[in-house]
Amino acid sequence: MKATVKITLKYGVLDPQGKAIEKSLRQLGFSSVNEVRQGKLIELDIDADTPEAAEKKITEMCEKLLANTVIENYDIQLNLAE
Amino acid sequence: MQASVIVFPGSNCDRDVAVCLEAVTGKKPNMVWHGNSDLPDSDVIVLPGGFSYGDYLRCGSMAANSPIMKEVVLKAQKGTAVLGICNGFQVLTECGLLPGVLIRNADLNFVCRNTRLIVDNNTTPFTGLYQQGEEVVIPVAHNEGNYFADDETLDELSGEGRIVLSYAPDDNPNGACKNIAGICDASGRVLGMMPHPERRAETALGGEDGKRMFTGLVEALS
Repeated sequence: MKATVKITLKYGVLDPQGKAIEKSLRQLGFSSVNEVRQGKLIELDIDADTPEAAEKKITEMCEKLLANTVIENYDIQLNLAE
Repeated sequence: MQASVIVFPGSNCDRDVAVCLEAVTGKKPNMVWHGNSDLPDSDVIVLPGGFSYGDYLRCGSMAANSPIMKEVVLKAQKGTAVLGICNGFQVLTECGLLPGVLIRNADLNFVCRNTRLIVDNNTTPFTGLYQQGEEVVIPVAHNEGNYFADDETLDELSGEGRIVLSYAPDDNPNGACKNIAGICDASGRVLGMMPHPERRAETALGGEDGKRMFTGLVEALS
């Protein structure tokens, strides 16, 4: 089963890379940009009997390694079409 | 005093700190590979600076999950002194021995220079040879040294005297909350710090402010 995990910085955590991208976009003339936040996208292919089992396993992976919940949120999307 | 230095793939200050430890203890430290699950008896365990696992995912995150770290956490919980320097500090936060996290430097630049530090707590086994409030010079070299934690954690750290080292207020190199350069756990026996004391341990290399940490450790643990 394929899944994607979206990892984003929590609001209130300084995101210097997002700020730098935002500044660069403005310099390119994209003056409509209000804010940029940068995160990570992780694609996984895992063996699981049911979507619930897959989600449970991936949640465990996020808590143990993929995200640092002190500063990051994670969002799991299962790709059930494949 | 017997020291052990944990070596991760990508550690690059392991030999520097080993030279420093040998100079003050007179004994060669054990160099322990991260894939081992046995840790020899040690009075102090050092997690050195470097770029363990290429800093992939998050600095220190893979190293924190390597086999030897289970042992390090167990030993720390039983009272063995643990010193995490730079990448070692990042590993200590990732494995949960210390709270908070080290994020990207506020100005996005890698910073490599001397910093002026204030010794905020000289009652730990690491800082006994410094005066309380003393200003010392120890260099930093990092890209992710910006200490971050929620307000509750910061209040707890500062209320319990667990901010052991802080950058002089006009010399914060990375934007760290409360100018934090080093913190300890509740027992005072686990210290994580971004500056590199092993790089300030010979007069020929600029000074010995860092060496006093290791000499003090020998005095405290012997």
